[in-house]
This record gives sequence, C-alpha cells and structure tokens, in this order.
Amino acid sequence: MKPVHYYRCLRGIVWREALRFLNQRGRFLAALVRPLVWLLIFATGFRFVLGVSIIPPYQTYIPYEEYIAPGLLGMILMFQGMQSSLSMVWDRETGSMRTLLVSPLPRWYLLVSKLVAAVIVSVLQAYVFLLIAWFWGIQPPRIGYLTVLPALILAGMMLSALGLFLSSVIRQLENFAGVMNFVIFPMFFASSALYPLWTVRQANETLYQICMVNPFTHAVELVRFALYEKFNLEAFAVVAGCAILFMVLAVLGYDPGRGLIVRRAGAE
Amino acid sequence: MLDLKEESADRRAGSAPQGEALPLAVQGLSHAFGERQALRNVSFELGRGDRTMLLGLNGAGKTTLFSLITRLYNHRSGSIRIFGWEIKNKPSEALARLGVVFQLPTLDLDLSVAQNLFYHAALHGLPRREAAVRIRHEIERVGLTDRMREHARTLSGGQRRRVEIARALIHRPKLLLLDEPTVGLDVASRQFMLDHVRMLCREEGLAALWATHLIDEVDSEARVIVLHRGRILAEGPVPEVIRRANATSMREAFDNLTGERAE
Repeated sequence: MKPVHYYRCLRGIVWREALRFLNQRGRFLAALVRPLVWLLIFATGFRFVLGVSIIPPYQTYIPYEEYIAPGLLGMILMFQGMQSSLSMVWDRETGSMRTLLVSPLPRWYLLVSKLVAAVIVSVLQAYVFLLIAWFWGIQPPRIGYLTVLPALILAGMMLSALGLFLSSVIRQLENFAGVMNFVIFPMFFASSALYPLWTVRQANETLYQICMVNPFTHAVELVRFALYEKFNLEAFAVVAGCAILFMVLAVLGYDPGRGLIVRRAGAE
Repeated sequence: MLDLKEESADRRAGSAPQGEALPLAVQGLSHAFGERQALRNVSFELGRGDRTMLLGLNGAGKTTLFSLITRLYNHRSGSIRIFGWEIKNKPSEALARLGVVFQLPTLDLDLSVAQNLFYHAALHGLPRREAAVRIRHEIERVGLTDRMREHARTLSGGQRRRVEIARALIHRPKLLLLDEPTVGLDVASRQFMLDHVRMLCREEGLAALWATHLIDEVDSEARVIVLHRGRILAEGPVPEVIRRANATSMREAFDNLTGERAE
C-alpha cells in the first residue's frame, strides 16, 4: 500500500460521509434545528433569569444567547460525532462496519479516516449554525470565525473519538436514545455549556467538581475562547489529551487481536 | 491497485509465500468464545478455480469461520493463508486479494448504486478512472447497468445481492467468500447468484467459498465441506463425498455424516 492508496481511501470515506449527510435531509435539518431551538427559544426565555457577569473571555456584560452559543456549537459537535461513529455499528441496515473493515488498509487508519470524515461534516454544520446565529445578533469578532476553526476541529475529534470508542465496547448503546440518556445529556448539562461554572459552584461544590472533570466542559471553553480570539491552554491540553486517549481506546476496541470485538462476537 | 511489480516487491521484502500459493489454506484452526467451542481443528484448502460449498446447519461455525478469514477478529490457534499470506501477520496483502459477500445486506441504502461501488473502490485505494471502468464491467455482468444512478433502497432484495457481488469483484480478487448469499432471495435471483459464481470460477479461475445451509445449492460439479458443530466431517468433490458416506444423494450423505455423531 502506497501513500496514494491511503489518500484515495480517506477521500472515499469523507465523500461517503458527506453524501450520506446530504442525502438524509431529515438528519441535516434535525442537526440544525436542535441547537436553534435552544438558541431562539430557550435562551430568549432565560435571558432575564440567568445573569451573566463579566467572565473571561468576555470583556463586557453579554446577553445569555451569546453565552450559550459556544455551548450549542459543542452540542452540534457532540451529536454529530456520536451519530456518525455509532451509526457504523447500529446501522444494522447497512452493515457498513463490515465493509469498512475488509479494506486492506490498516484498521487504525480506517478508523481515523472515519473520524476525520465525521469532523468535517460537523464543522460545516457548526458554521451554518454560526451564520444563522449572526442574524440573531450573536456577532463575535470577525477574526473569531477563523480562530474558532482549529478549536472546532479538535473538539470535534475528541467527541467523535469518544463515540467511536463507545461504539466498540458498549452494545447497549446501539440505539440513540440510550446514548442521549447516558452520555449526551449528562455530558451536556454537567458542563459550562448552559451556565458559567461559578454559578454551579455556588449551588453545589460536588457538581462543580464533576463539571470540571467533564471533558465536554473543556471542549466548550476551548471553542468559547477561540471564538473571541483567545487561547485557553488548560482547555486545549484537556481536549487534546482526551482526543488522543479516546482514539487509542477506539483503536484498541476494534483491534482484531484484543478482547473487545471478539467478546462482542461471542455474545451474538 | 496491487500490480505485478508491487507484488514482486512485496515478495522480495520477506515472509513471502513460496511458489504457487493456494488461494486459501486453513490449517488446524480452532476458535472458542469463552466455554463455547465454535471451531475445532478445522483444516481445508481451496485451489485455483475451486468452487467449494461450505455446508452446515445454523450454528455449525460458518459465520465464525468467515469472521476469522475476513479478520473481523484474529484466530488464536492454527493458520489462515490467503495466497500464502497469513491473515494475522499480513492482513493488508491477504485482504487485498479477497472479495466478500456478507450474510447481512451491506449496501448503503441512502446512496446510489454507483456511489456504493465507488466507495468500495476507494476503500481499496483504486483511482477513480480505473474504478469507473471496472464498475461498468461488473455491473453490466449482473445486468444492472440501467440502475446505476438509482438509490440502493429502490432495488429488490435480489438486485441488491447482485450489486453486492459486483462490488466484491471490483478490486479483482482471486478468492471470493460468500456467506449464505441467497438467504431471502426468490428462485430466479438465487439461480442467478449460483450461475454467476459458477461462471466466475470456471472462466476466470476464481476460487469461491460459498457458505450455505441449503443442501439444494450443492451441485455435483462443486466441492463440498460439511461443517458440523465446529468440525469438518467431510471434504472433497461432491460425488466423492456422497460415495464415501455410503449415500446416493448429498442430502442422504449429510444425514449419514451428521447423524452418526448426533447425540
């Protein structure tokens, strides 16, 4: 296998993911409507309930909508990442995992390609959301649209890798409702996506600690800072570290020589 | 993708198979899931152009055997060699020479027929132009040229199977695995699949391993492997297996063979 084979394979996987996404109009719409409902309805409703004081990276008082926009970007990345990773397994209808794994390219490379494809689709979605949010008055600095890109990519990598890892180990998570209840909702609510963590700390120290170890909090903060042209080193370190960790776990999960995929097969 | 030059380079690089390697050689293969022994000391070979029916009831170990040959997971004992390449150590070389039709339908129903086929070609690293030529050839042979642009969802079960066999051949494998490919198909589609594979073996020298639990699919020109509870009970050309089992038909032979050891 030469580099050109690797390249063609990656291109094919990304192309398929994009086609799938475009062909499923319902999925495209749902992916966009979800964060918009939060932005246009929830955030408006809570505008005067939740006061947001001046906290970094903001330099002034900001409306609540503006506060949760990065959290909703995180939500887009999380849903999309989980969906494309888990769909490989639970799409029994297509069995696409099997066709992927008989490719002669190394398995880790196939999984990374799959990840890259998922991230590209979710980053595009994030920008569509940012565009709509702009018309709703959420207008971060122009450069912010550029500086947020690497943050979106990294956060997307971490969340997709998490989905990929989960898909390799947990059979029960094969329907999306299970993933929503046990992964997406807890991660989303126990994070800084919807409320600044100092408010959480005032209410409950334990919950605050949980939020702080939640990698999703750091993904949101990384995106939040980047959107305002700032770099959050702590968030970057956590997100990068978790992305690598989840990816390694996913590759181990799909390794034909190790326990996980073999045990799954035995259970069938 | 793997032209001859590359192949010889690979072979020079060491651990190369010697001489004319067999399309498939399985030796001393055992596999267990916990307590349950799915395969016990399975050995057999497929030569060039061999069409071998792997006959066994549900639960005989056919799917486990296929999972191991396609390297869904590794075998722990014995060896599986595809054209001399041990699948565990040289998965890339082995998988490049292998085409598979899975038991479950694996077409992406939201994509068109052509898109499904191009995706497969990409997974094997084929350039687009080359892929287009091969895809046209394969899809024409299964008589679905006019359906290329349609969504896979609009095809019937039999047509989807035909697309899957076309897909399995795009990268020009010399060994084809089919895991119960006719389950759920009507008579005509089933016959088409049988005839198509027969033609591929006879005219193109493909070796094919066809798993089935339907005795009717085992014709007298094929070879047969009778797999029962993870063990091979008989192997060889169909007439010979029938004779050795003191039977007059494959069905009788199967009953004799498996009945002997049934509890």
